[in-house]
Amino acid sequence: MSQAAATSAVSTDPSRRARLAEFWYYFSENRGAVIGLVFFLLLVLLAVFAPWIAPHDPVAQYRDAVLVPPVWQEGGRAGYLLGTDAVGRDMLSRLIYGTRFSLFVGVIVTTLSLVGGIALGVIAGYFRGWVDTVIMRVMDIILAFPSLLLALVLVAVLGPGLVNAMIAIALVFQPHFVRLTRAAVMSEKTRDYVVAAKVAGAGHGRLMFKTILPNCMAPLIVQATLSFSSAILDAAALGFLGMGAQPPTPEWGTMLAEAREFISSHWWVVTLPGIAILITVLAINLMGDGLRDALDPKLKRS
Amino acid sequence: MALLEIENLVVEFQTAAGPFRAVNGVSMKVHEREVLAIVGESGSGKSVSMLAAMGLLPWTAKVTADKLTFNGRDLLGMSANERRKIIGKDIAMIFQEPIASLNPCFTVGFQIEEVLRIHMGLDKAGRRKRAIELFEAVGIPDPAERLGHFPHQMSGGQCQRVMIAIAIACNPKLLIADEPTTALDVTIQKQILDLLMKLQAEHKMGLIMITHNMGVVAETADRVVVQYKGRKMEEADVLTLFENPKSNYTRALLAALPDNATGDRLPTISELFVDEGAAQ
Amino acid sequence: MSVILEARNLVRDYHIPGGLIKKAKTVHALKGVSFSVEQGKTLAIVGESGCGKSTLGRILTLIDPATSGELLIEGKKIDIAKGDMTPEMRRKVQIVFQNPYGSLNPRQKIGDILMEPLVINTDTPADERRDRAMTMLKKVGLTDLHFNRYPHMFSGGQRQRIAIARALMLNPKLLVLDEPVSALDLSVQAQVLNLLADLQDELKLTYVFISHDLSVVRYIADDVMVMYFGEAVEYGSRDEVFADPKHSYTRTLFAATPRADVESIKARLAKKKQAA
Repeated sequence: MSQAAATSAVSTDPSRRARLAEFWYYFSENRGAVIGLVFFLLLVLLAVFAPWIAPHDPVAQYRDAVLVPPVWQEGGRAGYLLGTDAVGRDMLSRLIYGTRFSLFVGVIVTTLSLVGGIALGVIAGYFRGWVDTVIMRVMDIILAFPSLLLALVLVAVLGPGLVNAMIAIALVFQPHFVRLTRAAVMSEKTRDYVVAAKVAGAGHGRLMFKTILPNCMAPLIVQATLSFSSAILDAAALGFLGMGAQPPTPEWGTMLAEAREFISSHWWVVTLPGIAILITVLAINLMGDGLRDALDPKLKRS
Repeated sequence: MALLEIENLVVEFQTAAGPFRAVNGVSMKVHEREVLAIVGESGSGKSVSMLAAMGLLPWTAKVTADKLTFNGRDLLGMSANERRKIIGKDIAMIFQEPIASLNPCFTVGFQIEEVLRIHMGLDKAGRRKRAIELFEAVGIPDPAERLGHFPHQMSGGQCQRVMIAIAIACNPKLLIADEPTTALDVTIQKQILDLLMKLQAEHKMGLIMITHNMGVVAETADRVVVQYKGRKMEEADVLTLFENPKSNYTRALLAALPDNATGDRLPTISELFVDEGAAQ
Repeated sequence: MSVILEARNLVRDYHIPGGLIKKAKTVHALKGVSFSVEQGKTLAIVGESGCGKSTLGRILTLIDPATSGELLIEGKKIDIAKGDMTPEMRRKVQIVFQNPYGSLNPRQKIGDILMEPLVINTDTPADERRDRAMTMLKKVGLTDLHFNRYPHMFSGGQRQRIAIARALMLNPKLLVLDEPVSALDLSVQAQVLNLLADLQDELKLTYVFISHDLSVVRYIADDVMVMYFGEAVEYGSRDEVFADPKHSYTRTLFAATPRADVESIKARLAKKKQAA
């Protein structure tokens, strides 16, 4: 069986286009992943073109339109499609601008923890010995704290604000990347192709980052998409607790916090940011699943 | 009457690239007390045909045959439950990777007694007694103590002996050995082959030896089936096959053995054998 | 003929540190092995698993240092533990591994795999590197179509050809072949053995051929060394060793190797008939 697959694979065109096509073939087999990707692309478009799409300024307060319900409900107005909040700001515009913050948080947090985690993890897994012990014990200590609590403490030290919240979350997420990278590096390190590169004269840096690391990427990419969504969640949580983005920033978590007191009387003020968070996180998680199926050569059926 | 009879066996796998025919119309018979060797290189379908006969293939495989009987009973039409009663009792199988074939979580004693419990219905004391007998039969020293060992505490050769003990636990009529010595050292291979031949003679079993090693064929088989890309190329008794092979493929295979090298380069299969089926 | 490789009393110990329960212990993987290989010749190292032949291969390839003993390459003493590893030394010895599925980086194109040794060790310009990789690819029986493909698109035999090509990119004097054909089918094995013989003739290569398969060794080797538990129990020319094995282990090994000739089959069948 493997023989037949191998011969059919040999005849495939090796160009970049063909590889993309192959990637898409495996990715598109997972329907949830495609839906996730479509949603995610929509969110990116929303974030990029927010000033053109949003009908109102997200911080403009319309005193004549306080707590207007969404348009399909009794009392809704066509000017405010999803209604307004307690100080008369347009919900739709705030949600659209909120996409910017959420994606920004996701990108920055993931990049920070990914880069740091990979560097530490590769070093720990490659050199072992006392370097490994020191790095991994520090990571264990970070993991021993409840993650949100640690983030809260860090923000309390650094001072509230979106940037500090992102740094705190990145630090909290780091150990997962370190552990994953280290485990992958340790299993790849003893493979013959690494020894072969060593015999060819490759130095430590080349072995670590050019030979071994690309073969460890598949689990890291999956973890990265997952922490992209967790970062959005945690940033929202910090915002909700008043430690993240500060009002009047239209960040979803902060919006939830401001709307707390209307939870029973004016549902849209609370529910809509919640749904926005839910959909975003779900879409990214689905996409992460599909990425894993498509990227990991071990999972391919050839 | 033949013990295992296979006529026109076809096995197809559903793959992303369309159906793939792993076994293409293979027929063979194994008689009682006979050693049949199935030889072929990887992709020849030699293992798949046996797994198909035992119903051990995954659901993606489609198995058809004009005839597939064991001891006169139809294996294809039989329910999964009925088949399970035969397999492991009357047909036993041993595999290439002895250490991987044993469950690392349990002692070897537990694993052999499990087989005895399921198929033979012995009580606890009886099971233990029989297990010790079996370990003695396959030449494991200190059998009573070895029963308490885990697979990782034993060498590859010892594990293969345990696998053989489990396989012959229920006095099977047919033993299928799928590359039983490929993962083992030459000296251990010799011991295992000798053991298999001894047990085959003692228990009057039929033995199917699946292998890619012509040396193993020469040392064990009565009759040989040569397979290539899912098709049977030749069937002959062992002496005829080596002395006077009829098919070009067999001839090429024998010529490629370094033992038979005459010049300073080996003849390769592609030079000697044009695959007439490759065009289809 | 000049001696390319000489080993004098090579020893390798592995120190296994003790834990709470276990005591620390030392495993002697190599217990003083000496031999020499002349240019253009093949030394076969034969033995079963755990006999230290792969450990020896790694020492010869300068991957691991020897615990004691001397290793001379082209008459020059080399000790990687002391750090006298220069790119010139590196270039002289290369290795081909047993498992062609593990020895090629799955994320590298064949072309990059072949050019990597040049990138690391030389400052050859990019287009010359490319030319040399292409030439080497053709030399091992592949075509330039294969240059941009990834390893998973190749069969085991083709991968082993690529591994051989990579090993030859730096024009080494000595090639350590660690069971290069034991993972391959019989027909492919013949092709790879022929390729190795062709390359040896053309490039005057010296081979250290590590194997457990006596029939392959008898075919390819000039000298044979049989190893058993870290010791060289038999060392001599191929004809000497095969015609008149001195050590009892060598004789056991020969006796255990299955024979595929008509006489032995006849003898076996006759014996079986007698028993029945």
